[in-house]
Amino acid sequence: MAQWFLDLHPALQALIRVLILVVPILLIVPMLIWWERRLLSWMQDRIGPNRVATITWSKTSKFVPPMLRGKKTRLFGLLQPIADGVKLFFKEDVTPSAVDRFIYFIAPGVALFPAFAVGGTLPLAPWPSITPVADVNIGVLYMLAISSLGVYGVVLAGYAGNNKYSLMGGLRASAQLISYELGMAMSLACIVLATGSLRMTDMVRAQEAPFWLGNIPWLQNWYVLTPFGFVAMIVFLICMVAETNRAPFDLPEAENELIAGYHTEYSSMKFAVFFMGEYAAMFVFAGVFSTVFFGGWNALPFNWDYIAQTSSFPFFAGIADFFARANYWLAPLIFMGKMATFFTLFIWIRATLPRLRYDQLMSLGWKTLLPMAVVNFILVAVWLLVVRLVEEGQSATMGWAAGAALWAVAGVLVYLLLRKLRKTTAKPHLESRRISMVDPNQPNEVALG
Amino acid sequence: MNLPEWITPNLGVFMVIGGVAALAAVGVVVFNNAVRSALCLVVSFFMLAFLYFSLGAEMIGILQIVVYTGAIMVLFLFVIMLLNLGSLGSVIEKKDPKFIIGGAMGLAILLMVGSQVIVPLASVNQPKAPEGFGAPQTVGYSLFSTYLYPFEIASVLLLVGIVGSILLAKRRL
Repeated sequence: MAQWFLDLHPALQALIRVLILVVPILLIVPMLIWWERRLLSWMQDRIGPNRVATITWSKTSKFVPPMLRGKKTRLFGLLQPIADGVKLFFKEDVTPSAVDRFIYFIAPGVALFPAFAVGGTLPLAPWPSITPVADVNIGVLYMLAISSLGVYGVVLAGYAGNNKYSLMGGLRASAQLISYELGMAMSLACIVLATGSLRMTDMVRAQEAPFWLGNIPWLQNWYVLTPFGFVAMIVFLICMVAETNRAPFDLPEAENELIAGYHTEYSSMKFAVFFMGEYAAMFVFAGVFSTVFFGGWNALPFNWDYIAQTSSFPFFAGIADFFARANYWLAPLIFMGKMATFFTLFIWIRATLPRLRYDQLMSLGWKTLLPMAVVNFILVAVWLLVVRLVEEGQSATMGWAAGAALWAVAGVLVYLLLRKLRKTTAKPHLESRRISMVDPNQPNEVALG
Repeated sequence: MNLPEWITPNLGVFMVIGGVAALAAVGVVVFNNAVRSALCLVVSFFMLAFLYFSLGAEMIGILQIVVYTGAIMVLFLFVIMLLNLGSLGSVIEKKDPKFIIGGAMGLAILLMVGSQVIVPLASVNQPKAPEGFGAPQTVGYSLFSTYLYPFEIASVLLLVGIVGSILLAKRRL
């Protein structure tokens, strides 16, 4: 990038990099809340918040331009989250008398911190001097570690509330987050194996390579377009929704069972901080999702440079060159757009699926996602082995045959696994315990349960 | 503001993080509330991870967070909250010879470790790991070549542990 930036003091550079990540997220969170409410109401055949920020101009005032007098300017209720935020600021901050005050006070902050910190290794653009806050060689591992800290905010809030519903919510959340972390880590491990690096920028670079080992050079090798990557993407998507406590995995705050779960006792700004943390976490996780599976800052899976160099029509070459330049300079906007798209996917899932039962949640995480991710991991390893054999032996046909055979075997394995899973998950496997009450006056015992 | 010359920015960061870690470690022992103690342990582990980061050993730091802060301490908290121990005031005895003996032994260990550590570290003012120390590639390579057998044996041991815990906890398999 520019030399003047590199001449700044390193601490100042780091501060600028952090601000470039955090400020857009902070600014966009209210928009996301508005977008969720409007989209959800559209999907549920309602109207949603459309009134705030409608300005009715005066008919008589001299300060209003004549063309606006007596007219209404509508902004689709875009300021609704601001109004809600102001309301939350001015509400009384009730602290129940029986709470553990210190933990009650720090829990919202502990919940907010990982939501922003997860983005520390996300590359927003191909500009290495400013965009990932730290381009460390453990990028994905860092993301997993920090997202695993998200459980603390919820658990501490649930404990500090000194309320049975809060505690139940906190315990549910911790069980859920720990369970789904495994599937998430395994699905990411597949991608790490395919990339050969834990660094986030390396992952995006690997996805810019030509598709299928160079067989389709004008396409980019986005992991979502590869078979193993697609399976990993599905697993990661489900785990991501569960990690952010969103519907259909919002059991920690299931209102018909637990009132509001872990944040039952929170009001005013403390509740707003939880709320903001949840939305920021969703947005940042959407960023991780698009970085790891959807080519990061690239808008479309086309190798524009390759098309520009090899196209026989100068017209197409010019267009491809233009797109390549546009993609380079608009990269942060493209990345933000992708994040917003996947955020919309969160909302769509919320509007579509009903909440899971607790045993369904656990069996989905442990009996379906984790085995699927592990099988997928083995498939990636086999695939890499075949690729290496082909490249070393230079006998393409044998390599392709071996690859096809292995894929067939793997497919059969997956099919068998899925059939087994369907059998086990069809009927809920509930542990039943017999309680027998022995009445000395009657010879027969009465069994319950 | 004129700082002495031997306080470099690196050393300042080191002192702040190390000090918080040490304070939190003291807090683990001092607090009577089990949840507070566990939280102090979390802070201590977290600060240790930051210490590793500041020394340029990101891999060790992040493993510290993943293993201790992310997994083990969550389970600790989980158990403590389920049991809900409350204050341990009734357990603590005010006058106990164990305090004196324990304190003396602790002091002895402090002196022994300190005498070995402080002298070689006294002249260090730029704490930093060498470039590429503990990189994932290096760690993975040595795990799968030099230390293959210990690594595999440890994983089998963990598997045995998992199977055993399921066997013990589940009533009906």
